[in-house]
Amino acid sequence: MQFIKPDTNIDFIGKRRIAFFGSLAVIAISIVSLVAKGGPTYGIDFAGGTVVQVKFTNGIQPEGIKNALRSLDLGITSVQGFGERKEHEFLIRAAKSTEALESLASEIKRLLEATYPQNKAEVRRVEMVGPKVGKDLREKALLAMFSALLFIVVYISGRFELKWMVSIVMASCLIATLFVFAKFGMSIPILIIIAVLVTLALSFYLKLKFAMGAIVALIHDVLITVGVFSLTNKEFTLPIIAALLTIIGYSLNDTIIVFDRIRENSRKYHRQAYELIINRSINETLSRTLLTSLTTLVVVIALFVLGGGIIHDFAFALIVGVIIGTYSSIYVASPVLIIWEQTMKKPIGKTRKRRR
Amino acid sequence: MTQLKWKLFLVVAFVVLALVYVVPSVYSNLPHWWTTWGILPTEKIHLGLDLQGGMHLVLEVQTQKAVENRIERTVQELRDAMKKASIRYTELDRIEEIQISVLVPNKQSIDAFDKMLDKEFAWLRLVSRNPEGEGVVVRLDLPEREVKYIKEMASKQAMETIRNRIDQFGVSEPDIRRQGENRILVQLPGIKDPQRAINLIGQTALLEFKLVDEDHDVQEALKGKTPPGDEILYQTSEDKVTRRTVKTPFLVQKRTYLTGEYLTDARVQIDSQFGEPYVSMNFDKKGARLFERITEANVKKRLAIVLDGCIYSAPVIQEKISGGEARITGNFTTEEARDLAIVLRAGALPAPVKILEERTVGPSLGRDSIQRGLVSMWVGGILVVLFVAIYYKGAGIIADLAICLDIILIAAGLAFFQATLTLPGIAGIILTIGMAVDANVIIFERIREEARLGKTPRAAVDAGYARATMTILDANVTTLIAALVLFQFGTGPIKGFAVTLSIGILASLFTAIWVSRLIFDYLVFQRRIGHLSI
Repeated sequence: MQFIKPDTNIDFIGKRRIAFFGSLAVIAISIVSLVAKGGPTYGIDFAGGTVVQVKFTNGIQPEGIKNALRSLDLGITSVQGFGERKEHEFLIRAAKSTEALESLASEIKRLLEATYPQNKAEVRRVEMVGPKVGKDLREKALLAMFSALLFIVVYISGRFELKWMVSIVMASCLIATLFVFAKFGMSIPILIIIAVLVTLALSFYLKLKFAMGAIVALIHDVLITVGVFSLTNKEFTLPIIAALLTIIGYSLNDTIIVFDRIRENSRKYHRQAYELIINRSINETLSRTLLTSLTTLVVVIALFVLGGGIIHDFAFALIVGVIIGTYSSIYVASPVLIIWEQTMKKPIGKTRKRRR
Repeated sequence: MTQLKWKLFLVVAFVVLALVYVVPSVYSNLPHWWTTWGILPTEKIHLGLDLQGGMHLVLEVQTQKAVENRIERTVQELRDAMKKASIRYTELDRIEEIQISVLVPNKQSIDAFDKMLDKEFAWLRLVSRNPEGEGVVVRLDLPEREVKYIKEMASKQAMETIRNRIDQFGVSEPDIRRQGENRILVQLPGIKDPQRAINLIGQTALLEFKLVDEDHDVQEALKGKTPPGDEILYQTSEDKVTRRTVKTPFLVQKRTYLTGEYLTDARVQIDSQFGEPYVSMNFDKKGARLFERITEANVKKRLAIVLDGCIYSAPVIQEKISGGEARITGNFTTEEARDLAIVLRAGALPAPVKILEERTVGPSLGRDSIQRGLVSMWVGGILVVLFVAIYYKGAGIIADLAICLDIILIAAGLAFFQATLTLPGIAGIILTIGMAVDANVIIFERIREEARLGKTPRAAVDAGYARATMTILDANVTTLIAALVLFQFGTGPIKGFAVTLSIGILASLFTAIWVSRLIFDYLVFQRRIGHLSI
């Protein structure tokens, strides 16, 4: 069985401008949404606060729960149904946390039982994160994102351009720059933006075109996934950061396979125009790209549908990431190589200029 | 082909080893010979708190309080020393949390005071010394090294105490460790009553014996005229008739005569008269002597037994008590009395603790999570297996075999490394199923390409593997990097995800590059098939 016939030759590169503007538009929407909502919505892992999951034996109105817990002074922000309707489960969110030595679970249980003696409430999960821990986790998560990025950049530039020395120089430059900026007391989000810009500038200066293509694709994927989360009003929690990192790995995986083929074909068909080589490479790997995305999507969707409420957002992030990652390895990472070649005005094939 | 046989042998041996590690997690009742043999693994895969239910707490030790306590004690020591040496002072107090301020009124006293400081309190640091009238105001504090040491000891001791209490309480496989300077991470799997656990862990359990000041009126003191050296503490009790809690104020001396640090034992006993539980305590030699001296000197006065600033009881001392035994009575349930005995036995926390993070998962939710995780794993897995089999036919079966092997290897890896399986961890396995196909897909697509060029099956397999191996390694290293970074930075559940993802990637590399290659080689070399079913 074959979805993609061997002689398939879809003109991906010809459509790159449409894709470019499409991506740009989606990124713009993401950024506008982020700015309009004042940054991403942090879950309690990062913002601090309390989440309580309660299950009742019978149906109940969320408003009633809110009233019953009014005396707790936790600043309850929302009471929402959780999971399937017939489960009568609710997620109570509160902005505050307590440092006192009393378990919220038993306190909430007591209040709910007092209000609804007939309808047994079971506190199934309590998560309370104090502001201090929230701040720590925030920094940890950003640091994780950043170090993943750093290692990956070193790996790609080293592996693809076979310039290990250059890539190590680059990594040290990056760390040095960040160290200097960190000394000025800049916050980690700003540091990451600086890091990304420095990486792009460095790979441009050091002529690491594959690294540059991969990083642009990464930024593209992460920005859009974050944007989708912002648009759908989903919260950023620790699992979502894990999902983002997985997406980074996954998207790179796709990108690397295409790049690998481009390198191989550049040697094989060095007389052809670069656009043609890239287009051929994308087509040749298309079958694999789609198949892998398909099987991954299947399992992630299974997780999304059947995995239950706790893992829901995580699976959602992965679904978005897999789709965007597949798209970006075709339409973002490779076109960057072409733009690179054009701006560098350094023809790869001897006949390239003549053919134009 | 001896080489092939060797490879086959190695792979089979490896798989059998993996299976052996999975066995304990699958069969809860291991046969007798399995456990007695000694070499075979008996450890099950650990389930995270989110799967088996339990409690995760991050506590902060208020180490600053430990420093303040030390200063407070030093003030007491200074008072005693000055009284003993008959040095006059008009003020001696703890100020600005961690400083001592002394006002010594005249020249003669100043000289004696200086001498005493040099001799007995040389470890205190002089902050300032300002003349006031004829005398001086001296401010003292602890040197930084000492402060640091006290804080460090407080955290360390707090952790030990908490560990002690939990051990005595009896929780299976608790995890207690220090995090950073003053944080303690406590993980209690399978806890059913979180409030009781928190009480047990978080209670400072500072036991103090103080004398009730009966020379002054409590009512006067409540109006704000507390005599110097006294404080108001409350006794809470439940009115038997109205079931309301009543708070009775007591005027007690600030001075502590005896603390719980001299305790050797604390046990629950039942009062023979009223059938109510109480906690009986035994003091060590020094404590017994102190107790004897206090009771001897204060017969007919009331002795308040204070726990964490609350009066439990304030009995009248009838006679000198020797032998070093005391009891705490109150309206306890047997459970409360038992927990109180535990905390008293384990000792007081050197400083109070605050809860910075609490995550509690009920056992029913944990079970749900396992079930849901498994269902999505089965559904996703079966869909992928079916799809691959249909798409690649014969080769697809090989890939499916590889996927099944992957899952076994992940399970074995979890058991072998004693890693913890969490809900995101299950998600990691599911993700691996989807991505494990990838390596096979890359190889198969390559073989198809090569076969299309008219190569024989043998040449196609060779060329396909030769070209695909590097690509597969490259592609997986990036995900592996992401997973390792996550492992480094992640907490609890996320770490579980990083673990399964990493093991999954390694397993899929192994199965795709080694195992399926071996099967292909077998088919092509041994069976000499003329047509690849791919």
